Amino acid sequence: MNEGLIIAIIIGISIASVPLIFAAIGELLVERSGVLNLGVEGMMIVGALAGFVVEFHTGSSFLAVLAALLAGMAIASIFAFLTQILLTNHVATGLALTLFGLGIAAFVGRSYTEENIELISALHIPVLSDLPIIGPLLFSYNPLVYLAFFMVFLVWWFLFKTKQGLILRAIGDNHDAAHAIGHNVVRYRVLAILFGGAMAGIGGAFLSLVQVPIWGEDMTAGRGWIALALVVFSSWQPFKVILGALIFGGITILQLHAQGFDVRISAQYLSMLPYLATIVILVTLRMRVKNKTNRTMPNCLGRIFHSTS
Amino acid sequence: MSSRRLTSILKFSLLSLMLAFTNSAFADPVKAAFIYIGPTGDHGWTYAHDQGANHLQDQLGDDVVITRIESVAENSDSERVITSLARKNDVIFTTSFGYMEPTIKVAARYPDVKFEHATGYKRPTDNISTYSARFYEGRHVIGKIAGRMTNTNVIGYIASFPIPEVIRGINSAFLAARSVNPDIQIKIVWVYTWYDPGKEADAARALIAQGADIIMQHTDSTAPMTVAEEEDGVRAFGQASDMSAWGPSAHLTSIINNWGPYYADRVKAIRDGTWTSADTFDGVEQGMVTFAPMQNMPDDVKLEAEMTILDLEFGDVHPFTGPINRQDGSVWLAEGETPPMFPDIITMDFYVEGIDSKYPN
Repeated sequence: MNEGLIIAIIIGISIASVPLIFAAIGELLVERSGVLNLGVEGMMIVGALAGFVVEFHTGSSFLAVLAALLAGMAIASIFAFLTQILLTNHVATGLALTLFGLGIAAFVGRSYTEENIELISALHIPVLSDLPIIGPLLFSYNPLVYLAFFMVFLVWWFLFKTKQGLILRAIGDNHDAAHAIGHNVVRYRVLAILFGGAMAGIGGAFLSLVQVPIWGEDMTAGRGWIALALVVFSSWQPFKVILGALIFGGITILQLHAQGFDVRISAQYLSMLPYLATIVILVTLRMRVKNKTNRTMPNCLGRIFHSTS
Repeated sequence: MSSRRLTSILKFSLLSLMLAFTNSAFADPVKAAFIYIGPTGDHGWTYAHDQGANHLQDQLGDDVVITRIESVAENSDSERVITSLARKNDVIFTTSFGYMEPTIKVAARYPDVKFEHATGYKRPTDNISTYSARFYEGRHVIGKIAGRMTNTNVIGYIASFPIPEVIRGINSAFLAARSVNPDIQIKIVWVYTWYDPGKEADAARALIAQGADIIMQHTDSTAPMTVAEEEDGVRAFGQASDMSAWGPSAHLTSIINNWGPYYADRVKAIRDGTWTSADTFDGVEQGMVTFAPMQNMPDDVKLEAEMTILDLEFGDVHPFTGPINRQDGSVWLAEGETPPMFPDIITMDFYVEGIDSKYPN
């Protein structure tokens, strides 16, 4: 194996992982506030379309990412309104949001399947990016890749280093108590849901702006669901989202390369690996948590909050 | 009875009579339905079927009313969709291999409805026809081009599912490439999906990183073509429809699935009452497999490709002409021998000798 190939593999892994990091870190914050939003897939696909459409018409990557963020928030606001104001069931509403997102994106995006755009190019920092090995490994990714890692840090910092983060976690663990001492449960949750929508939107846009320069119906192909699984995998700990995403993305890319190199394992097993790994990790995690009885899952996850005052 | 009343009754009878006459002179349009596995905007498999449906509409005009349902998964969903279509249509085109069992089940329940199942081979009731195209003839042509155009001698092949259709394509492309370039190597990556632009792009990038400078795909999105376009010196072939728009400098040609004439013929047969259950497996010769314009290649390569197409049109060449051994070294075809359609071609389940990959079983 030569250096170029290793770098190609690492860049490939980053491309496969980053949409998952975005979507999962957004959902992590949402779940920390006690809301279960299964609409990640729907928010991602809408973001993918919005990003593509704006990039196509304006040619501005910045505006495209912004549009994806806003589109994700817009569709998340439907979920927020339904679950927080009308107090609908989280699971049913989230599933509906996914179906709605996939449907509306397919409908609105119909005429854009004919088009293609320029991919957002990778960063090039003079001197740093040109360094041998370190340059391509550290300083030559797409700007959105750095943003993904930064967002994980930001969520961690918010949750564990700020007062508002503490309140949000308290709401997720016991919304009645948090409400009783005067915190606005609904406001925190609505904002968290909007943040989740924004992150899922950018995650989706990463697919249509960085991974492939096309828009295609259903192009998220289940990545929203993987992101949901990653949140469980992470035990609601922000940095573990990165680990989970890298494992999933890593196995996805490595198995493609393994096939190309013809390791003598049947291709079926190789392509099962990412999903198999996810299941194994989830199961072992579950068992570990049971044994130690340290529950990391927000207590009020998915429970409807009735304000009685 | 007043005379006015009588007149109105007479008028009404006359009107009914006229209507009855009109009805018999101009029969109802044939109601045709299409069920697709993917979105029509995939610019691949489903898009090609949808283009075929458009052609049918153009050809028959008011004689046909078309219903199309896209993105129907190959599970119990498809049976439900086919059943609901069967209640309202004269003919249903089920355009994916995986619709085979649901098609057969529903056909048994609706004997007056005609069923046309693409790429299948089972016709247990006489209201089912099957049809497919000899896409491996298309792969034969692009294999020759690939063998000439590669600098690294590595072809990267993005494969969907290990079904005979896909295996035929791999074998045919490889044999043709090696016939013009003995050093050719083929790297095959199975993605186990027909349509996932992200994964198809990942696979293309992996193959390119491993030295492939020609990308062939047997998946339905335009993603591999766009990846080839972004990499210097990498060329690619489109699948199912003309994908040149996604790779202005990478696109060599595309194999085009031209279903339109077949659809028009079959629906005309229903209109005229001459439809019978049949199995159709047409190729370049009948125009079911055609090609996008050849581009980004020198004139001699283009000429050779066009000659190969002519040979196929006249039936002068067969992509599988012996001597060919199976991957394990056993003899498949002796010198000059060509395989029978059934079982060898229809059920092909092995790589030919020279392909280094492990067969997925």
